[in-house]
Amino acid sequence: MKRFFAQAYLWLLLAMLYAPILIIAIFSFTEAKVLGNWTGFSTKLYTSLFSGGVHHSLLSAIENTFIIAIIAATLSTILGSVAAIGIYNLRAHKKMVMNTLNNIPMLNPDIITGISLFLLFVSLGITQGYTTVILAHVTFCTPYVVLCVITRLQQMNPNIYEAALDLGATPYQALRKVIIPEIKPGMISGFILAFTLSIDDFAVTIFTIGTGGLETLSTYIYADARKGGLTPELRPLSTIIFVTVLVLLIIINVRSARAKKRKEATL
Amino acid sequence: MKNSNYIIELSNLSKSFGDKKVLDDVSLYIKKGEFVTILGPSGCGKTTLLRILAGFSKADEGEIHIAGESITDVPPHERPVNTVFQRYALFPHLNVFDNIAFGLKLKKVKQDEIDLRVRKALKMVGMTDYEWRDVNSLSGGQQQRVAIARAIVNRPQVLLLDEPLAALDLKMRKDMQMELKDMHKTLGITFVYVTHDQEEALTLSDTIVVMSEGRVQQIGTPTDIYNEPSNSFVADFIGESNILNGTMIRDKVVKFMNREFDCVDVGFGEQIPVDVVIRPEDVYIMAKSDSGMFDGVVQSCIFKGVHYEMTVLTPDGYEIMIQDYNAFEVGQEVSMIVKPSDIHVMQKERICNTFEGVMSDATHIKMLGSEFLCNEQKDIVGGEKVIVEVNFDKIDLLDNKEDGQTVGDVRFILYKGDHYHLTVRTEEGDNLYVDTHDVWDDRDIVGIRIMPEDMRITRV
Repeated sequence: MKRFFAQAYLWLLLAMLYAPILIIAIFSFTEAKVLGNWTGFSTKLYTSLFSGGVHHSLLSAIENTFIIAIIAATLSTILGSVAAIGIYNLRAHKKMVMNTLNNIPMLNPDIITGISLFLLFVSLGITQGYTTVILAHVTFCTPYVVLCVITRLQQMNPNIYEAALDLGATPYQALRKVIIPEIKPGMISGFILAFTLSIDDFAVTIFTIGTGGLETLSTYIYADARKGGLTPELRPLSTIIFVTVLVLLIIINVRSARAKKRKEATL
Repeated sequence: MKNSNYIIELSNLSKSFGDKKVLDDVSLYIKKGEFVTILGPSGCGKTTLLRILAGFSKADEGEIHIAGESITDVPPHERPVNTVFQRYALFPHLNVFDNIAFGLKLKKVKQDEIDLRVRKALKMVGMTDYEWRDVNSLSGGQQQRVAIARAIVNRPQVLLLDEPLAALDLKMRKDMQMELKDMHKTLGITFVYVTHDQEEALTLSDTIVVMSEGRVQQIGTPTDIYNEPSNSFVADFIGESNILNGTMIRDKVVKFMNREFDCVDVGFGEQIPVDVVIRPEDVYIMAKSDSGMFDGVVQSCIFKGVHYEMTVLTPDGYEIMIQDYNAFEVGQEVSMIVKPSDIHVMQKERICNTFEGVMSDATHIKMLGSEFLCNEQKDIVGGEKVIVEVNFDKIDLLDNKEDGQTVGDVRFILYKGDHYHLTVRTEEGDNLYVDTHDVWDDRDIVGIRIMPEDMRITRV
């Protein structure tokens, strides 16, 4: 009996967590304009989402979102990896300080980050648009990359850099041939994390996107919802994004599980 | 100091980490083709010395020459040495072949020569046919073999080994020791080997360098180091030994345990305090008889596999450790004989403590990071620098560190048969040497007290 309640509790919790997204996914396969009406199975919303024309602005918002995410994730992966290597080589005390400084932006509410970036850009006189959104996204993504890469560095045998030097590698060759291959899994995890964070972001984007008509998915949906009623095509879109994120998450988890297994095998 | 016999010349190396001096004026000359072991307890500076030699760490002072050329400021990748690390440090993303070929590829050696040399190196370490294996799938012993192959394939002039066998189990370690010795013979290159395992050092080396507290204590062949230790630290660290206080009466006669013994040592002078070392296997033990040189009662007897290890207490209160093939029961009265040639006499490093201090006023003296009360000094004024001498047995160590005038921790414990001779280091880094009957443990924090009447104060 006790076991039954424990199980039931777990399922109830999972149902609560996943019900909203499940409802959207289910209703993405019907044509009804109003969410909640079921007018029979159809994939029309999916086809019309990608047929363009009417939803041109939605498609361009999706495009912007992905371009921004790819650029921001790439930049923060480079910056974050370099920073992680730097922090790793600091002495114990400074390392602790730097790690804490790295963690604060991650805990800082997005809305605060957004407002402060907005004020920064305004006071520097930078016109808001593509560049500012990318800069903002790099700002909040980089600490996550640092975290991913530094974890990987800490698992690394500290002598392998010296071993490379000892065998005749210059410091640059040692970095390229030994350190980068070692931290690559961390860099990939960091990139994927930064990518999903960038796609997902609303609070920082809305403050840095400016008034030039640039829209990302999140700002588009927000504007759309305020105009009255959600465009039905958002239902298949949300489903697609959810599935994409789910797949990326599974990839990250499988990768880290494999890395852990590999590490155990070496010990 | 140019001498073509030496491949490595380390002159006057010093290195500090913060306030801590890890190498203190170390000089070392290594002949070409020698198997040299740097031996010492953890924290003695041996690994730092190796890292300076490899170029991973820079000495604060001193010069390094390899094959006559100064490499003091040469970065590690340009030095003619290769290192085998304690934790192997193989590249996990490369297979066995690519790990070994790493150095050759950087030197742009032709592919077919790389193939040839990697195979030869693998054969040398007994790992033929392993070239395509993932290094993570290898056992510790196999990984260390690959690490050795990766170093020797580059044909370095000097191979540095940093406790390479420390992570292996005993059986594997013994096998690898023999293989390393063979490899050294075959390759004919110089090996510099760092270890804390004295048995390993005695087995492998042509020359042993014993280090402690950042200083070289003795350099010599394994036999020299074992039979003729130059001080009580070396005698205690290498093998088991009985170390006792003695007095050199005259040439070939030494007094210890309140009795005069014949010995073979000469040239110490007359009535000179010395340390006497007797190895436990050099004491002959028999049932009590008149032919013994001294008597005692067996306190303990433990079977050690090949021999029995016994402690015998003499009527004068000295404890002597003895190893013998025959067992004697606890409580049995026994007699002992020591041959003159088995009594090893060492100069004492010091016969009392010597501290530098400054007089604050006629009855107070600043030294050891604190202020001490002293007997009134008539002709020394405040502010003058003085030397203070205190006998070993006149320093009190106290459990409660607040009770002492200053605080220190126990660094080195030497059992002298009837008392302990401790080295105590203060927070300021001064060493005190203390004779005591109390039992203290390594790293115990103690209060230090010196009575005014026990200080001998002289002006500098």
